[in-house]
Amino acid sequence: MIFLLLTAIPLLAALALLVPAGRFLPGDAAVARFGVAVSGATLLVALSAVTAFDFGAPERMQLEIDRAWAPAIGLRFHLGADGVSLPLILLTALLTFLCFLYTAKHPPAGDRVRLFTALLLVLEVGLLGTFVALDLVLFFVFFEVVLIPMYAVIAIWGGAGRRAAAYKFILYTLLGSGLLLAGMLLVGVNAGTLDMTELAARHGSGLTHGVQVTAFVLMGLGFAVKAPMWPLHTWLPDAHTAAPTVGSVLLAGVLLKMGTYGLVRVALPLAPDGAAFWAPWLGLFAVIGIVWGSLACLAQTDLKRMIAYSSVGHMGFVLLGIATLTPVGVNAALFGNIAHGLITGLLFFLAGAVKDRYGTGDLRELGGGMLTSAPRLASILTFASVASLGLPGLAGFWGEMLALLGAYKPHADLPRTTFVVFMAVGALGAVLTAAYFLRMLARITHGPVPDARLTAGPVAAVSRYEYAAWIPLVVLTLLVGLWPKTLLDVTTAPVRALLGGG
Amino acid sequence: MIQGIDYAAIAPPLILAVAALGLLLADAFEVPRRVLGVLCGGALGAALIAVAVLAFGDRRATFCLPTSLRGTGPRSCSYVADDFTLLFQGVVLAAALVVVLLSLREIVDSRIPAGEYHFLLLAAVIGAVTLVAARDLVLLVVALETLSLPIFALVALRRYDGLASEAALKLFLVSVVSAAVMLFGISLVYGATGAMHLDRIALSLETLPGRMEPVVAAGVVLLLAGFAFKVAAVPFHFWAPDVYQGAPLPVAAFLSVVSKAAGFAGLAIVLALGFPAFGHVWGPLVAVLAAVTMTLGNLLALRQRTAIRLLAWSSVAQSGYMLAPLAVGNHRLPEAVAATTAYVALYAVMNLGAFAVVIAFRNRAAAPRWDTLDDYRGLARSNPALAAALAFFLICLAGLPPGVMGLFAKVVVFRGVLAGDVTWLAVVMAVNTVIGLYYYLVWAVKLFAAPVGRPAEPAPGMAVRAAVAAAFAGSVVLSIAPQIVLQTVSAAS
Repeated sequence: MIFLLLTAIPLLAALALLVPAGRFLPGDAAVARFGVAVSGATLLVALSAVTAFDFGAPERMQLEIDRAWAPAIGLRFHLGADGVSLPLILLTALLTFLCFLYTAKHPPAGDRVRLFTALLLVLEVGLLGTFVALDLVLFFVFFEVVLIPMYAVIAIWGGAGRRAAAYKFILYTLLGSGLLLAGMLLVGVNAGTLDMTELAARHGSGLTHGVQVTAFVLMGLGFAVKAPMWPLHTWLPDAHTAAPTVGSVLLAGVLLKMGTYGLVRVALPLAPDGAAFWAPWLGLFAVIGIVWGSLACLAQTDLKRMIAYSSVGHMGFVLLGIATLTPVGVNAALFGNIAHGLITGLLFFLAGAVKDRYGTGDLRELGGGMLTSAPRLASILTFASVASLGLPGLAGFWGEMLALLGAYKPHADLPRTTFVVFMAVGALGAVLTAAYFLRMLARITHGPVPDARLTAGPVAAVSRYEYAAWIPLVVLTLLVGLWPKTLLDVTTAPVRALLGGG
Repeated sequence: MIQGIDYAAIAPPLILAVAALGLLLADAFEVPRRVLGVLCGGALGAALIAVAVLAFGDRRATFCLPTSLRGTGPRSCSYVADDFTLLFQGVVLAAALVVVLLSLREIVDSRIPAGEYHFLLLAAVIGAVTLVAARDLVLLVVALETLSLPIFALVALRRYDGLASEAALKLFLVSVVSAAVMLFGISLVYGATGAMHLDRIALSLETLPGRMEPVVAAGVVLLLAGFAFKVAAVPFHFWAPDVYQGAPLPVAAFLSVVSKAAGFAGLAIVLALGFPAFGHVWGPLVAVLAAVTMTLGNLLALRQRTAIRLLAWSSVAQSGYMLAPLAVGNHRLPEAVAATTAYVALYAVMNLGAFAVVIAFRNRAAAPRWDTLDDYRGLARSNPALAAALAFFLICLAGLPPGVMGLFAKVVVFRGVLAGDVTWLAVVMAVNTVIGLYYYLVWAVKLFAAPVGRPAEPAPGMAVRAAVAAAFAGSVVLSIAPQIVLQTVSAAS
């Protein structure tokens, strides 16, 4: 029941905002407070789900609700969570809450706060629903719910080139979801059930090799567009650059995770033979993504665009982890998911703050000396950057390290030499990641303040609402980095179960 | 020889026929226009109630072969009222009722003779209602022609308009040719099997001598061509945009919903009941037709600048999705028929909604005609309710949440196609949904954009508003409870 509540609260709140402004919550401030309250309540529900969760058996689906919806097509309203989805649920609820907190004081350019709040709430429904759905069609419904709100957020409140970026986002991802639907239903009709727990427990028995190979490539393409995997990533930099701060945060923080989560939750366990067949290709594209993302970052001059390309690289590590098909690798992927959500979410918040204050996100125009002109902002930016480049002791490190470790010893059915090469190239990519982040820091935080900036007056200090939105992410990045075992313990057992290792 | 007739089973077309004659008489005595409209709507409502009552009972069949002529064969009834029939009859009648609501204002604005209009509409509905119940080829053809003939006249009722006459002529010529082609196909099938009842044809095909196979195959292909015209599938689609544009808008809505639903019902009946044994012939053919229809329809819809032509091409594309499940041939055919049925029913609601808004928006009497897509800019400010409804219907047609109904429709069709192992068609469909989304979304976004010049300020009458509200309510209900439609049909019998 708790997950029904989790998705129902934001949904009902979004519907309530359809009531004309004159009768319900007049004024933007009231709507903003409403958004904070609703997402806060959702976060509390998510936290109570965590307390109700039995960590003694994280591989078991818990807190389930299972009702028939449309029996004619085998659709059931089946929700639940295990150790794989629980961290992502919490991350989603937290990031959405922080986004509302941030929006309360820093509304997006263009106002219409009411519509903005409603759209973010619908977005939250889709995101949370995707992570708790246990029926293939239900999963797909939630998977699609995010498209229109995200499209509107980019198209209405975005920056330059928003129209084109929004279309690119929605058309690309819809193509992915069309293929995904085909793949999932291919498994569904051949296995005779749409229930994800049931299908995962079967580990593909009863499906022919051909069906599994076809189904995996269809589902894999669908998730790969979302993740995004090179070369299907081209929508991402545009969408990120054009989206408003909060949109970018949710896009990078949670939306991309739907792709990798889907691979782990749906594609791997449903079609294991197909996974084994395609894994080397997945690994290859992942590694190309790592290197490509890093090289592209070196060439970027826009702060947001750079962070967007860094996401391509980081998600490359996540995909590489998945491609190994070993518990170590998939664990690394899930860990990398959370770490990337925390760190890149923070980075996009900071990029938005920089853009608000300096009026530009262009590295050349920003000049240097941010540590002098805005010391606190620059410090947090430095922290987030070194976390993102994978400094040991912070969250970003473990996901990458374990993914490479997984690639050193991939699943027995996979060609080991190939994966060792992937590991070596991936490690090179990690070094490149350090290079572009350090270059970025050297450019904008260090050095003297350019003369033009000196005359422009002091830079606004970091506001309380900004601290409130950022500090939890900083703290979690530290905690997860220092005690990775807390998170790994939750995911290890369910990953073994999903991979069929018992 | 006298045979008993089950009047309860044929109540829906019977009610309509009586009402149609009454209407014609009433018109001769110059009964006011308003009364004629009420009479027409009332008849459709009464028929709808009859269908609802029948739905609670068992399957009924009438006009069966008498025992003396039956021999050892099956019962061979010409008219069957099973779940499949009743669902389609319900869809057809409900849609026709909405079309009547949409017509009331148009009749006044376009100076259309009311009596003729309502009579012709009822006559066409009788054809549609009978077509979905027909289980032998003769009744099918007669019903199909009963459906088609009044429509030529309906399209041409705006006599002073050259565009309307051209549209009617085009429709007439294509229709006559396709009817001839179909009859030829039927004659081939009859020659080879010696049967007109579909259940008998199916039986005799199982023991067909090998040398007759090419004859029947040709017959099936020709039959298919006849229906392809009715549902505006490629290559018999090119009448659709011109006819939709030239016809009175409610008639265009009728063509794209009622007429198409009946056409698909007929196609499903013929293929599933009569020719399952020839699935290897028509299956691949339908697959190619579906793929080409959806692709061509979507690509051409991309280029349209007026609302009505966009809807015309989009409805061609949607025909492709509806055809797709039938591409499975004889492999899991009942599921495929159920998928097509469900899609047609869901599509009827959302497409009718879109047409209703376009009719509400367009104003033929006033000087600016408001029919290009750019005229829709700023509608969200001048009439938020109408804009929200149109955006919702378009998103439904695109098959995305919040139009969950459209998404379920898509899921059902994908499922049917994949169950029959036609994976390549599913991939073609996936690509097509993307193209479809683009033009629906462009239109929907225009509603919320800033207007150029003076924004259009539509003032729809009560009847049209009621039609929009009904379609909207239907979409919301079906989004939450799709099983209403999905569960009704398991197969035609």
